[in-house]
Amino acid sequence: MPVGAVIEFSNITKTFGPVKAVDDLSFSVQPGRVTGFLGPNGAGKTTSLRILLGLVAATHGTATFGGIRYRDLPKPLETVGAALEAASFHPGRTARNHLGVYAIAAGLPAARVMAVLEKVGLAEFADRRVGGFSLGMRQRLGLAFTLLGDPGVLVLDEPINGLDPEGIKWIRGFLRDMAAEGRTVLVSSHLLSEVQQSVDDVIIIARGSLVHRGPLSSLDEHATPHIVVDAPDRDALAAALRAADVPFTIGRSGLVAASGDPALIGHIAFSAGVELSALHRQKSGLEESFLALVNGADSQ
Amino acid sequence: MTTFIRTVASEFAKLLSTRMWWILALVLFGYIGLLAGGLAALFAGIQSGAIDPSAGGAGGQGAPPLGSIPPLIYSFASSVGYVFPVLLGALATTGEFRHQTLTPTFLATPRRAGVLGAKTLTLFVVGVGLGVVALLASVGIGALVMGAFGVDTLLGDGETWTLIGRTLLTMGLWAIIGVGLGALVPSQVASIVIVLAFTQFVEPLLRLASSFLDWTAQIAQFLPGAASDALVGASIFTGMGQAGLSAVALEWWQGGLVLLAYAAAATIGGYFVSWNRDVT
Ligand SMILES: Nc1ncnc2c1ncn2[C@@H]1O[C@H](COP(=O)(O)OP(=O)(O)OP(=O)(O)O)[C@@H](O)[C@H]1O
Ligand SMILES: [Mg+2]
Repeated sequence: MPVGAVIEFSNITKTFGPVKAVDDLSFSVQPGRVTGFLGPNGAGKTTSLRILLGLVAATHGTATFGGIRYRDLPKPLETVGAALEAASFHPGRTARNHLGVYAIAAGLPAARVMAVLEKVGLAEFADRRVGGFSLGMRQRLGLAFTLLGDPGVLVLDEPINGLDPEGIKWIRGFLRDMAAEGRTVLVSSHLLSEVQQSVDDVIIIARGSLVHRGPLSSLDEHATPHIVVDAPDRDALAAALRAADVPFTIGRSGLVAASGDPALIGHIAFSAGVELSALHRQKSGLEESFLALVNGADSQ
Repeated sequence: MTTFIRTVASEFAKLLSTRMWWILALVLFGYIGLLAGGLAALFAGIQSGAIDPSAGGAGGQGAPPLGSIPPLIYSFASSVGYVFPVLLGALATTGEFRHQTLTPTFLATPRRAGVLGAKTLTLFVVGVGLGVVALLASVGIGALVMGAFGVDTLLGDGETWTLIGRTLLTMGLWAIIGVGLGALVPSQVASIVIVLAFTQFVEPLLRLASSFLDWTAQIAQFLPGAASDALVGASIFTGMGQAGLSAVALEWWQGGLVLLAYAAAATIGGYFVSWNRDVT
C-alpha cells in the first residue's frame, strides 16, 4: 500500500508581472485525510498547485512532498498523482495511447494503463480518440493519469467540474477511499458545497493569501448568526428594527437580522406593536462562513 | 541514463500515436515522386533525343549536362523535401504547447532539458526516416524513369550512395531545426507560417538574389538551405552555377556543421525562450 507524504508549502509567493497570484502562502497537508483547497476564482489555487508540481517557478518559497521538491522525486508518478484543471490531451491520441506515453516515460508496466482506465470507468473508450471525449470523460481520463503510478499523494485541481451526479458521487467515494488507505489527498474547488461532503480539512485562500485552515468543523466558528423574521406589515417591522439599531437585509422569506438572539428580535417587534408571522434562527451554512472568510479578505 | 532512454521511448510513442507522421510521409512521397519522375522524364528525354527541346520552347537551354542529371534528381529528396522534417519537428514541439501536454510530460519527467534532448534525438531519427521515404521517391522513381529513357542512373556509382547517405543526415538535422523552431515560436500557426514562408519564398529568393554579387553569395552560402545543399552535394541551385551565376558553396562537411549549428542554436534558444518557462 503506498504511503502518503506530507505536502508542505513554505512561504510561497508568485508574481506574474504586476499580478501577485500567490502571496506568502504556508500550510501543510496531512496523509490519511482529504483536504479541500478552497478559494474563489482567481484566488491562486491553480497557481499554487502548479508551483507544488514544479510546473511554475515560485518567486519565493518552496513546496515539497515529504521534504522533497517535485522535480527531485526519484519516481514522480509513483509518488504523486496530479490532475490539473486544464484538459491536457492531444485530441488525436486515443485514451490508451495518451496514458501509454506517460507510462513509458515513468517506466510503469503497460498493464497499468487498462487497469486505471477500468478504475475510472473508461475501459470501453480506451481506443477512442480523446478529441471526441465529453468534459466528464476528460475529467475521468485526467484522474486515470493520476492513478498510473499508484501514488501515495493525490493533487487534484477542480476534479468535480463537469461530472454528472453519478460521477460526483463516485469521486466523493473515491476520495474518501484514497484517504482511508493512508494517502494524502488535496482537492481544490471554488465551491465549498462541492467538496463539503468529502473533506476532513479545509485550507481557504483568497487573493493569494491564506485566510483559514483547520478541520471542516472549524468553519462553524466563523459563521455569523442570523435571525429570519417576517411580519404581515413588513415596513413596520423594518422601521422597528431600524429604530432599535439592528442591522438587517431583505431576504426571500423575510428580513434577515444580524443577531443571534431571537428573543431580542421578538421583543423589539412586540414593543413596536408589530405582529410577527415568522421568527427563527437561520441555519448558518458552512458555505456562508466560507464566503464570509473570503469576502473578509477582499475588504482588507 | 535509463530515464533518458525511457523519455526517448515516450517521445517515439507520442509521435507515432498521432496521424501527422504518416500523413507527412505520404505527401512527401507523392510530391517528391511526381517532381523527380516528371523532371527525370523531361531532362532524360531531352538528352536522349526523345524530346525535341526546340519544339517545347525554352526548356532546352536549362537542361544540365547528361552526367549531372541523376544526382540532381536524387537530391530533390532533401533540396525540395527538407520542409517536411522541419514541419514534423515544429509540430511535435508546438503541439505540446497547443494541447497543453507539457503538463503531463513534465509531471512524468520533471527534468525538462532531458525531455527536450529526447525529443531532439527522436525527431532526428524520424527525420532520417522521412529521408528514406523521400529517397524512395526521388531515387526510386527518378532512376526508374531515367532507366526507361536509357540514361545511366549512376546507381553503381559510389558518389550516388554518398549523396544518399548525406541526404539522410540532412533530413535528420532539419527535423531538429524544426524542434528548435517550435520551441522558439511555440504558437503552432506562427511556426508553420514561418517554416513555409522561409523555406518556400524567403530563402530561395535570397539565394537567387545574392548569387548576382560575389560578396552576397559568400554570405548566402551560410543560409540553412544553402548549407543543406552543400551537405548533400547537389541541387537545383548548385546546378544553376552552369547558367553563369556565381553560386559558391561550402564544402559538404562545412555545410553539415553550419546546419548542425542552426539546429543547436534553435533548440538551445528554444529551451530558454519557452521550454523552461512556467507551464500555466
Ligand atoms: N500565466 C499567467 N499570467 C498572468 N497572470 C496569471 C497567470 N496565471 C494566473 N494568473 C493570475 O493569477 C491569479 C490566480 O490565478 P489562478 O488560476 O491560480 O486562480 P484559481 O484560484 O485557480 O482560480 P479558478 O477558480 O478560476 O481556477 C489570477 O489573478 C490570474 O489572473
Ligand atoms: Mg484554477
